[in-house]
This record gives sequence, structure tokens and C-alpha cells, in this order.
Amino acid sequence: MNFEASVFYFFSAILVIAALRVITARNPVHSALFLVLAFFTAAALWLLLEAEFLAIVLVLVYVGAVMVLFLFVIMMLDLNLEKLREGYWDYLLPSLIVAGVMVVEMAVILGGRYFGLAAMPHPPAAGADYSNTKALGRLLYTEYVYAFEIAAVILLVAIVAAIALTLRSQKKNKYQAAYKQIAVRRSDRVRLVSMPGEERDRGDAP
Amino acid sequence: MEFSITDLMPAAADIFLLCAVSVILIIDLFVSDQRKIVTYGLTQAALLITAIIAARSIGTEPVSAFSGMFVGDALGYFLKTGVCLTVMVGLAYSRAYLAPRGMYRGEYFVLAMLAVLGMMVMISANHFLVLYLGVELLGLSLYSMVALARDSARSTEGAMKYFVLGALASGMLLYGMSMIYGATGSLGIPEIADAVQQGNANSTILKFGLVFVVAGIGFKFGAAPFHMWVPDVYHGAPTAVTLLIGTAPKLAAFAFAMRLLVEALGAEQLVVEWRQMLVLLSVASLVIGNVAAIAQTNLKRMLAYSTISHMGFLLLGVLSGTLEGYGAAMFYVCVYVLMGLGAFGMILLMSRDGFEAEELDDLKGLNQRNPWYAFVMLLIMFSMAGVPPTIGFWAKLYVLQAVVSIGYVWLAVVAAAFSLIGAFYYLRVVKLMYFDEPQRDERIEPGFDCRVLMSANGLAVLALGMMPGLLLAVCVSAIHLSVRLP
Repeated sequence: MNFEASVFYFFSAILVIAALRVITARNPVHSALFLVLAFFTAAALWLLLEAEFLAIVLVLVYVGAVMVLFLFVIMMLDLNLEKLREGYWDYLLPSLIVAGVMVVEMAVILGGRYFGLAAMPHPPAAGADYSNTKALGRLLYTEYVYAFEIAAVILLVAIVAAIALTLRSQKKNKYQAAYKQIAVRRSDRVRLVSMPGEERDRGDAP
Repeated sequence: MEFSITDLMPAAADIFLLCAVSVILIIDLFVSDQRKIVTYGLTQAALLITAIIAARSIGTEPVSAFSGMFVGDALGYFLKTGVCLTVMVGLAYSRAYLAPRGMYRGEYFVLAMLAVLGMMVMISANHFLVLYLGVELLGLSLYSMVALARDSARSTEGAMKYFVLGALASGMLLYGMSMIYGATGSLGIPEIADAVQQGNANSTILKFGLVFVVAGIGFKFGAAPFHMWVPDVYHGAPTAVTLLIGTAPKLAAFAFAMRLLVEALGAEQLVVEWRQMLVLLSVASLVIGNVAAIAQTNLKRMLAYSTISHMGFLLLGVLSGTLEGYGAAMFYVCVYVLMGLGAFGMILLMSRDGFEAEELDDLKGLNQRNPWYAFVMLLIMFSMAGVPPTIGFWAKLYVLQAVVSIGYVWLAVVAAAFSLIGAFYYLRVVKLMYFDEPQRDERIEPGFDCRVLMSANGLAVLALGMMPGLLLAVCVSAIHLSVRLP
């Protein structure tokens, strides 16, 4: 077993253990932290594949942003752990069956003649000065710039729609409009009502 | 790679619209709620200019831009112009409807324009990736517009259904596209067409992918058996949004079907395959659309089922696989959009603050309340039913001719029979308007712009029916300029 393979198995083992702990840990914060570990080791595996840009993005975006947000949410919410764990053993058998089917399917595909090791030889290693960040950037901003821009517009739609659907109008906000307070006149606040005077009943007076 | 600014010229309309949306989005922040007419006016101006830019290019030879991701051809420019004009008319109809329902907001117009942009992207896509992105841009804008009436449980439910089924359709479409990518090794439409033509693509995988792509197209058109979302969404959405969903996107869906089925997968051995699938979709749509519409008491639901049956007719033109058939289908979709604008526009005109005129009973005695609008509605209903001399008759006739020309006489007979059944519920509307006593008596007083547009819309149905050759000639020549049969 050469060095590369041993590194691969090392990280893979950590990845599998971390992924298992994500679903078996009793504390949701621990689960989230194990997910961080899983992402991190997956990034290391990508580095082995010479996909350094994807590896760094995985760490920056998923570990740095998404998972931190996730942890915040878990810590903020008052989770009822007992309720979450309900039915764990009921779901275990069906999920094991589904997982088993998926493993068999993957074995069939990867062992077959289209994707086996013989059909997918190790690509030649890139030179030391090769940067796949640069290559990706060049493709994204030239050949795929149109699709890239449309994807940006879709994100804009998401922002506009999210704000339009969730932002309630400011009627509930209590704020002082100084110009309205200054411009107020007596007639806006005080209403003078003329009423007939009332005769005092003298008979009952002490 | 060499790049010059003239490469962008074929996409000038799209680029202008995107810039306009961004500017209007920012201007809207500074416009107070009482002066939203500024946003409305800017939106209409932006759409008008986009339509003009697109219309100036009709009649050119196909050119591609953005390294083959974008194609500018007569078909695309014509449909883009149509989309912009349709949405302009739709927004004009819905202005009075939106204000009392709290939807007369900048976001409404911005989302409508982004939906237009999505349609334009779909129309001129020359690459599966761009086609998909266009579908999503259109879809996401429309989902959120349906949900924009936030306090209505019905709208929220409609939006949810639309979103879930739309996501399902996207999934199917992507699965089919990935199969085709696997078989041909490319996502660009011309490259796929070449690979299929030369026969070096695995035909089993190709056909497998084709099934899913056709299912995705069926969803986008709302053709049976992929029609489940149509009645609920049409009914649940605020009528102004129903108008938008029911009209312009059909133009884009037509272009979408043309790009996928005809341009990418138009090789002889595949046409035979998708023709059979489209025959099934078409017959199912005609049966379900026309029969189920009879049972409806809600005008919006009735029009939804009528849409399904119209999409069945439209698919008849596409499945013919001839240039004349595509021309007839394009003619049909243009006519359908014109009629849909009128029908949904009429519901908008009759609605008041706190009252939706969407039940069939609300149409009772329209003739006594306003004879002119009753007449316009009569023209539109006659046209939808296919009564000469309105334009709907010619649309159905040309499509049937295309089907007969490839020897599917039985299909033409089925289609004609079911359109006869469909005539019942269109004529029922006419009966309600002219021979029943009105249940309400307040006057119908739309604004000046709506009055003019609605009259023009109704008269166009009649006038184009008198001389259908003009529009047909435009459609056929656009198809001839754009589509190359293998």
C-alpha cells in the first residue's frame, strides 16, 4: 500500500466514523460538530483528487458559514431531545435496508464495465504550476458567463421573494414621526362640544 | 478567446431588461406607497422598450452568442416580443385589482419582470443548462407571486402545490437531460442534434431520457396526465397572477418544446418516438380538459381545464413533425394567449374591492349590466370554442390540417369531437350572460386604459379571425427561418 492509498484510507475511516456519529450522538450540538468533522475530512479527500478549489470552498462555505449558522440555530432553539429520539429503533430497520440497497447499487455500478477501475484510469497528474481555481474561473467567466449571470439573477429573485413574502409592513412598528407631531394643530386633538347646561336639582342638596 | 461587445448584440433585449429590473428595484425603494404608479409606469416602459428591441431583430438569420449558449433567431425574437406585450397588457388589466388587495407593490412588478426575463432566457436557450436555468427563473418568480397574497390561505396552498409539483417537474426534466447528456456527451443543443444524427449515441439511453424530457414538457404546458397543478393553482392564485401564469408562459413553453424536441432531438428515429408520446398527452388533455370543465362552477377552474384542452390542441401541431405543423402550433399558442388575456382580464374587470367575480354565477346577466363587455366576452368564448369567424376557429383548423397531413385522421376526428363537447361549457357562459337575470347590479367601471385594451382585445379576436393569413404567415415564416429539419 503506497502513501497515497494509506492517506485515503485514513481520511475515509475518519469520515465514516464521523458520519456515523452524526446520527448516533445523543447531543445535537455534538452531531453538528461531527458533521463539521465529516465535511473537513471530505475536503481532505478532494485535496487528494487534486481538486483544491472545491476542497477549500467546502471548508469555507460549509464549515465556515453553513455549519456555524446551523450550530447557532441548534443552540438558540429549545429542542426537545426526547421527542427527537422517538422512533429511532423503529426507523432503524427500514433505513438499514435502504442503505443496503444503495451499497449494492453502488457496487454494481462501480464494479461494472463502464465505471470500473479499468475503464476509469488515474488521470495524469497536473503540473506544479497548474491552478484549477484559475481554470474554473476562466471557464465560469468566459464560456459559462451567460449561465453564471442567470444563476445570479435567480439568487436575486430569491432575495426579492423572501423579503416580499416575510417582511410585514411597518404598521406594527411604533416610531415617532417628528414632522407629524410638529404639524399637529389644536383641531386635530381637541374637539369642543357644546352641551346644554344642566339644572342642579336643589331638593336633594345637603 | 476573442471577445467583442458586438457578440452581445443578439441578447440586447435580455440585457436591457435585466438592467431595467435592477434599476427599478432600487428606484422603488424611494417611491412612497401612494405613488406606486411610478413603479408601474417604469415597468411598462421597460417592457415596451424590451419588446421593441426584440421586435427589431425579427427576420434575421439565426445567430448564436455567449459561446453557443444563446441563440437569436426569428422564432425567439417573435416570441420574446409576444411575451413582453402580453405581460404589459396583463399588468394593465390587473392594476385596479391589485391595489385593494395589498399587492400593488414594487415587488409585484419586479417579480413579474424577472419572470419575463426567465421566459426570454428559455426562449433563446441553445444549451440544456440555460434552458433549465430559464425554467427555474420563471418558476421561482411565479411561485412567489402566487404566494404574494400572504393572508389568503387558498393562495398560500396554491403556491405550495405549484412549488412542489414544479420541483418534481424540474427533477424529471433534469433526469431526462442527464440521460441525454450521458448518451451524447454534450449539453449544447446543436451538438446533441449532431450526435443523434450521426447515430453514435446509445439509443436506449436516449429514448429513456426522452421519456423524462417529454414528461417535463408536459408539466410545463399543463398537459394531462401532468395537469394536476393547473386547476388548483389557477383557482388559488390571485386572479392577476393567474392571468400571468395562464398566458405568457405558454409562449415560453412552446419555445421550450421546440428547442428540446425539434432542435435537439429532432432526428428521424426520435421523432417517431416522441410523436407517440405526444399523441397520448394530447388525447388525454383533450378528454380530461373538456369533460372536467363541464363540471366546474368556478370560472377560474373552468378556464384552467379549458387551458388543458387547448394545450392538447397545441401538442397536435407539434407532434406533426412538419414545418407547417410547427407553424400551426405557434399560431395556436399566440391565439390562445390572446384569448386567455381577454378571459382572465374580464374576471379582473368585474372584480371589486373584497369581491372576486370568479364564480360562473357572477356572469349572470352581464348583458344587462354592460352590453359591450358581454359582447367582448361572447367573442372570446366563441373563439375558445372554435366558432367561425373568430380566430379560434382558424387556430383549430390549421392544427387539424397538420395532423391530417401526416395521416393521423383518427386523431383529428377525436380532437374535433372533443372540441364539440367543449363548446358546451363555453356556450353556457354566453347563455348565463345573455339569458339570465343579474344577481348583482353595481356598474362595471374600469379605468380608461382597461376599457381601451379590453375592447381592442375582443375586437382583435374577431378581426384576426377575418384575416387569419397575416398572423399565420408571420408564424410560418418565423419557423422556416429558425428551424432546420434534418
